[in-house]
Amino acid sequence: MSSRLDQGGLIDRQQSFDFTFDGKSYRGHAGDTLASALLANDVRLVGRSFKYHRPRGILSAGSEEPNALVELRTGARREPNTRATVVELYDGLEATSQNRWPSLQFDVSAINGLLSPLFVAGFYYKTFMWPASFWEKVYEPLIRKAAGLGRAALDADPDHYEKSWTHCDVLVVGAGPAGLAAALSAARTGARVVLADEDFRFGGRALAENRTIDGRPASDWAAQAVAELRSMPEVQLLPRTTVFGAYDDGVYGAVERVNDHLPVPPQFEPRQRVWRIVARQCVLASGSIERPLVFGNNDLPGVMLAGAVRTYINRFAVTPGRQAVVFTDNDDGWTTASDLRAAGARVAAVVDSREPVVVADVARRFPGVEGVAGEVMGARGGRKVEAVEVMTRSGTQRRFDCDLVAMSGGWSPTLHLTSHRGHKPRWDEERAIFVPDRLPPGMTVAGAANGEMTLGEAILAGFRQGLAAATACGFSGAMPTLPRVSEESTRRVPLWKVSRGLGKCFVDFQNDVTASDIQLAEREGFRSVEHAKRYTTLGMATDQGKTSNVTGIALLAEQRSTTIAATGTTTFRPPYTPIAMGAMAGHHRGMDFRPTRYTPSHQWGTELGGKFKESGPWLRAEWFGRPGETDWFAPTCRETLAVRNAVGLCDVSTLGKIDVQGPDALAFIERLYANNFATLAVGRVRYGIMLREDGFMFDDGTAARLAENRYLITTTTAHAVQVYQHMHLCHQTLWPQLDVQFTSVTDQWAQFAVAGPRSRELLQRVLDPACDISNAAFPFMACGDVRLRNGEPARLFRISFSGELAYEIAVPGHRGDALIRNLHAAGQDLDAVPYGLEALNVLRVEKGHVVGSELNGQTTAYDLGFGKMISTKKDFVGAVMARRAHLLDPSRERLVGIKTVDRNARLAGGMHFVPQHAKASIENAQGHVTSVCYSPTLGQWIGIGLLTNGPERHGETVRVVDPLRGAETLVEVCSPVFIDPEGARLRG
Amino acid sequence: MRIPCPHCGLRIHDEFTYYGDASVRRPDATAPNAEAAFFDYVYIRENTFGRHQELWFHQGGCHEWLVVERDTRNHEITGARPAREVFAAAGDAQ
Repeated sequence: MSSRLDQGGLIDRQQSFDFTFDGKSYRGHAGDTLASALLANDVRLVGRSFKYHRPRGILSAGSEEPNALVELRTGARREPNTRATVVELYDGLEATSQNRWPSLQFDVSAINGLLSPLFVAGFYYKTFMWPASFWEKVYEPLIRKAAGLGRAALDADPDHYEKSWTHCDVLVVGAGPAGLAAALSAARTGARVVLADEDFRFGGRALAENRTIDGRPASDWAAQAVAELRSMPEVQLLPRTTVFGAYDDGVYGAVERVNDHLPVPPQFEPRQRVWRIVARQCVLASGSIERPLVFGNNDLPGVMLAGAVRTYINRFAVTPGRQAVVFTDNDDGWTTASDLRAAGARVAAVVDSREPVVVADVARRFPGVEGVAGEVMGARGGRKVEAVEVMTRSGTQRRFDCDLVAMSGGWSPTLHLTSHRGHKPRWDEERAIFVPDRLPPGMTVAGAANGEMTLGEAILAGFRQGLAAATACGFSGAMPTLPRVSEESTRRVPLWKVSRGLGKCFVDFQNDVTASDIQLAEREGFRSVEHAKRYTTLGMATDQGKTSNVTGIALLAEQRSTTIAATGTTTFRPPYTPIAMGAMAGHHRGMDFRPTRYTPSHQWGTELGGKFKESGPWLRAEWFGRPGETDWFAPTCRETLAVRNAVGLCDVSTLGKIDVQGPDALAFIERLYANNFATLAVGRVRYGIMLREDGFMFDDGTAARLAENRYLITTTTAHAVQVYQHMHLCHQTLWPQLDVQFTSVTDQWAQFAVAGPRSRELLQRVLDPACDISNAAFPFMACGDVRLRNGEPARLFRISFSGELAYEIAVPGHRGDALIRNLHAAGQDLDAVPYGLEALNVLRVEKGHVVGSELNGQTTAYDLGFGKMISTKKDFVGAVMARRAHLLDPSRERLVGIKTVDRNARLAGGMHFVPQHAKASIENAQGHVTSVCYSPTLGQWIGIGLLTNGPERHGETVRVVDPLRGAETLVEVCSPVFIDPEGARLRG
Repeated sequence: MRIPCPHCGLRIHDEFTYYGDASVRRPDATAPNAEAAFFDYVYIRENTFGRHQELWFHQGGCHEWLVVERDTRNHEITGARPAREVFAAAGDAQ
């Protein structure tokens, strides 16, 4: 049987869509939502409630829906907790009910309803308190299984999401009558307008009400307004777009569901797009949300908001019931009776709680309909409503059979966006609504969102605010002519809760919070609205209490015998409706999380079997595997020994390079580095350490004096950006008078380490023979300009991180690939091999050089053995604080080397030092191992670490323990320089 | 939040890196009480409720440090000047 009307509505009957719900096939039309299509197919039961697993149907026709949450799609595209009321129907849509087992019709956990005394407000804190050991093992898993929403997909999301910016003069949020009017009056001045609405069709309540504007259906007026706006080049229309947040300085966040209405997004198109909209002015025309009435079993399928009933009839051509009872505390609810009758449904009664109410008016307006002055005490029925029990004002109890209850507790302005920056709304006692009070700069509110509830008021306000917003941006125009609309009344006497409810009276449907829960919370002392909210969980579900908050506040105020104004509201925070994490991430996921930087030799390294890994933002080779080498160990040892015995090539372009020039260049770097640079000659390089102003180590690197007033300084790969920023801070705020300029040239130069006893011989083969790089002409720590054999310019630095005779050669970035191939080819008979980060690490641990593991932000120059380098003759960043006595205490954890006592034992980074015969405990910890490696040169595992009184303990045996992985061994403390402590090799 | 960079114009805050209070001045390292003065300079900050002078670096733009005046209560930004001008003027005043 179908509840679809033969005519009317804004659906396309020519276009039919097949869809399934819980595996059963149904048919709907283009223009349907999943909810309207389900109702058209007489599906009333669509979900089970969160706590009691009560049967639930469709309450609303919009994004406020608390009940009709379904899982959409399958597999990797499965999406939980979608609201059926806003899911646009498409052909092949698959939806599944959630939070039920074994089936929606028969749910075992519905027994929770019988146990409901256990699930009262604050039950988390009461029922499951003891025994304490039961919480993790028994209670929590049970609650998590029983209470719940849908299941997220387990596979990676196959779709794309993107982020975009747009700028406008006037942003209009909401495309109902007020929003359309605002957009029209603003756009006609020539202002740039963005109009966004969460619905797939613009018009808002104009699509849902049986009203006329200028004698034509309201939906026609809306369509004409949209057509005019679409024709204007400065207007951007964003349907299916929820403006979810109002942020500082006129920035609004919005999510556009670009392709959610298709089974799979078309190729190269995103599923969703997050907009950041920068608006000089904003007209908020977000409308209002109807409040349910609080009576017994008001959650039964078939109990629906009156406005939603009208939406389903007028917009979707569906009658949600055949025999209805209307229950209202306001005039607006009455219009539901006439729409129901026009759609062919029977209206058994209009129950109005107000006093006085002219019951006779009902019979006059709706012949054959009984008017009742009184209240619905409760609905009756199993999985759907079958009747209501009514108490008349005169005290008689009546029963009306029905399959639909249309309830209206009045409409609450949707003012969330006015409050996102901390402004609270104001309670309007006369109209019994919260209305916007102070507004964020640049925002105005029009229509129902501002309490202007009638169609005429909304259009007038829209025209006014739209024009005012455009005027504020410097445009001018005339006030449009107001269209004719019929009179309407929204008179209301609020009924927050019926005086006698039969059964559970729900306030928050999604979190199963009843009126008695709120009363209990108040009795137990949770009197502040923020406390009561958290204790009862009122308004804390995914719907954020859109249909329940105001009623909850009213009930709390009633219980406290105070006013709603004095009770206040909870805090509104973005987002207005839930947003997919994927949409927030956009393209920034996986390897696209941030840009990947490739070194100049990347292609060459790939050809040689390089295994790459992320190192900061860069991809760098860990090692270069040869056939037969199955893991990291063999190539690492081979590459390390090649550097020690022959020559190795390594791309070091990732180190930060900063070119510093100017008459005060020396004065500047003297203040940046802790050690002395005044004595550095042109053509020489010096190792330097930088401190933070608090006296701790910041970074290390080299400074090469290229000319009298020109230095090239290097930073670690990890700190390149911070050092550059720090230099600017120092120059611009501490010493702006220094005449110095500098810029980062990291990307401009490709730089390669050529390291090993044969490195000079190799370089002589690629350099112009006129360049003398003999030890006498180009000694350790020399630098200078050189030429390649083909005449291309290059820079050469005789610096060594490996401890061997070594150089670094730099060429303009785009010549890097050619140079590394040239070097490799020229060194074939010298056994030149590429080496990666793993070998680089072994080489530097063998020499006791520090990197990020040691420069961890908690170590000082003194700790790392650089104490003697610190200048006492000059001021520099960190000079004063580094002198603090406790930073020079010998008992600090300081750098040492370690080697295993058992030559076959292994070490791991992060192991803790404890004295040899002491218990491995926190109290006995004396520091930790920072870096380890297997040294192929020494044939055993070695490491460096930070040990209490370390340098004074060379020769002592201590334990290193790894409680996490259950490992421990004995090590001998030694100098951190394991190889060539005299430095003969690098000077050779 | 947008910052009116004096060189690049009104730009979104994503382009900037925050540093902190712009009102502190590096003490004289040769003064007798230098260590105490530096301790305050490095560690002690007012938690301003209201208008706050603070340093931002325009990392995604001109690479200039700016002294931005921001109201910590509502993120209203009432000005941004090149730090080098602000600090040079302060140096002259001393």
